[in-house]
Amino acid sequence: MNSVLKKFNKNGTSRKEMKKDFEGKLSFRKRLMMKIFSMEFLKTLIVKLFMYVFLIGISYIIIYPFITKISASFMSTSDFADVTVKLIPKYPTLDTYKFVVIENDYFEALFNTTLLSLSTALLQTLVTAIIGYGLAKFKFRGKSIIFGLVILSMVIPHKTLQLSMFTFFRYFDIFGIFELITGNTIKLIDTVFPLLLLSVFGLAFKNGLYIFIFRQFYKGVPDELEEAAYVDGSGIFKTYFRIILPTALPMMTTVFMFAFSWQWTDKYYNNLFFISGDAPHFLPAIVKVPDSLSSIASSSSPLQEAAVLNTCGLLVILPLFIIFLFAQKALVQGIERSGIVG
Amino acid sequence: MNNTISNKQMPPVAKKAKPASLDRKKARAGWWFVLPFVIGLILIYLPILINSIWYSFNLISMPKGQFTLTWCGFKNYSDALFSDPQFLQILTASIKQLLFDVPAIVIFALFMAVILNQKMLGRGVFRAIFFIPVIISTGLIESIDSSSLQSYMTEGVDTGNSQQSSAAEIVNSMDIAQLFGSMAVGTDLVNYVVGIVNNIFNIVNRSGVQMLIFLAGLQSISPSIYESCTMEGASGWETFWKITFPMITPMILVNAVYTIIDSFTAESNTVMSYISNVYSTQKNGQTISSAMSWVYFLVVIVMIGIIALILSRFVFYQRRD
Repeated sequence: MNSVLKKFNKNGTSRKEMKKDFEGKLSFRKRLMMKIFSMEFLKTLIVKLFMYVFLIGISYIIIYPFITKISASFMSTSDFADVTVKLIPKYPTLDTYKFVVIENDYFEALFNTTLLSLSTALLQTLVTAIIGYGLAKFKFRGKSIIFGLVILSMVIPHKTLQLSMFTFFRYFDIFGIFELITGNTIKLIDTVFPLLLLSVFGLAFKNGLYIFIFRQFYKGVPDELEEAAYVDGSGIFKTYFRIILPTALPMMTTVFMFAFSWQWTDKYYNNLFFISGDAPHFLPAIVKVPDSLSSIASSSSPLQEAAVLNTCGLLVILPLFIIFLFAQKALVQGIERSGIVG
Repeated sequence: MNNTISNKQMPPVAKKAKPASLDRKKARAGWWFVLPFVIGLILIYLPILINSIWYSFNLISMPKGQFTLTWCGFKNYSDALFSDPQFLQILTASIKQLLFDVPAIVIFALFMAVILNQKMLGRGVFRAIFFIPVIISTGLIESIDSSSLQSYMTEGVDTGNSQQSSAAEIVNSMDIAQLFGSMAVGTDLVNYVVGIVNNIFNIVNRSGVQMLIFLAGLQSISPSIYESCTMEGASGWETFWKITFPMITPMILVNAVYTIIDSFTAESNTVMSYISNVYSTQKNGQTISSAMSWVYFLVVIVMIGIIALILSRFVFYQRRD
């Protein structure tokens, strides 16, 4: 034992000395040259360089439209008339923002949209999380049929069902019960109930995808977690809400963000369910040229009209972008932990 | 994996106390969990679905809010397929475009995911930027036309120069054609690559969700496999083709199907915009558009089936137990 230790020590010191010797013989400059001109270093350098150029290029493609939109939103009428003005306005103005915010009822639309997006996104997240759990962890007859129907609801776009969806909520009735009692069907168009109903039952926009994501997530949660809780006398539902649901929190953040932002920028359901003028006012409705700018925009150039409309678009996504900026870290983490494996 | 182990362990314990009671209880609980979806399916989704199919066989008229249906058999379908001069043309063109886009988007998304999965400086920033299209590429923002603005901004100050290409064309296709032409790889491939490069904006914006799915898939590959790979002296290139690629094939299948679904429901899809145009303008447009969407849907379903069938033959599933 002792001898081995000694030997080790001896070896250790001798190796250290060898290294010192070796390094001592080469000057710093020579060592640097050796490092730089080795094939390995050059290879990694070129790969890294290529990678960054590529990533920055693609990022530029994504960000570029926003740069043009933002710069155009600050331009005044004289800037649009001036041919030499391209990306940087000569006479920057906040008029476009001012008129859009005041005349298009921006804050009312913002408030309504926030309320609607929050409620539908919360409902959708919770409901799809519950359905996904049922499909992931339990064995019961007809499960594969239900899963198939979930996939079907994901595959058939709601645009295909445009007309029948409209008539269904226009003449809303459950098996003719309401008509039997009150003699009339209920008109749910121009209210938020169609969207809420679709959310409650996990049938809203891309909810099939959320259910699928949650199912894949729960499949990765070890069964021992639940079994330990069952052994301790906790019921199935209590176990789910107390133990399993909190573990799914990162995943829920992701799905919530999807549901929230897709409801926020939605145009299709807004056009379908809110048709009359008395209907609540949502963000898609603010995308129009405000009255005091309409005369200028139509007379000078279609360019300014496009600029005004894009300013409206910027105002729509600005709050979303701020929320996204704060949630970004949680979002990416949630995606990473999801382990969506087919 | 966990399922099989726990099932083997659990039943004897449960059976001693109450025969099969936990299993039955769990089965019942399973129904409780999926109950919202089942109720929604019966009350809302199936009626809407069946109605939509029913409408496509009817003529609709809506005088003063009262709407009446008259049965007309396959008239809407024959109208859509044979009387409408544009529908078939647009349909075939769009499917061709789809077949062109799917490989491009999937390959691009995989490539980006592999790059973003590496450790490097500013990874968080790049990931955040690449996530932007996921959030804004639905509906509203996409529908606001900004192309005139962009082309105006990118035109050089010297507008008299006719050689200046528009913003949409990032690279002059002639340059690439020449570059590849001298390599003698065939004109079809050259056209494909030129198409991708000119279409890059579209492809980047449509591959956000796919990229996230690939990222999640890459994260789930055990690092110990890579470790043993480098121990054995495999190069990065070999590791990608022997480990990463086979392990990611299930995700390729998922993403191919998702891309098809996504692009045929997208705002920019020509068939969809044509159908909604028919819906609002033509006489009897509402029911004809129903018929058109069902024809389109059937075509897409068949396409998904074929692609899934072909791809699933190459998919590698890791057997974990």
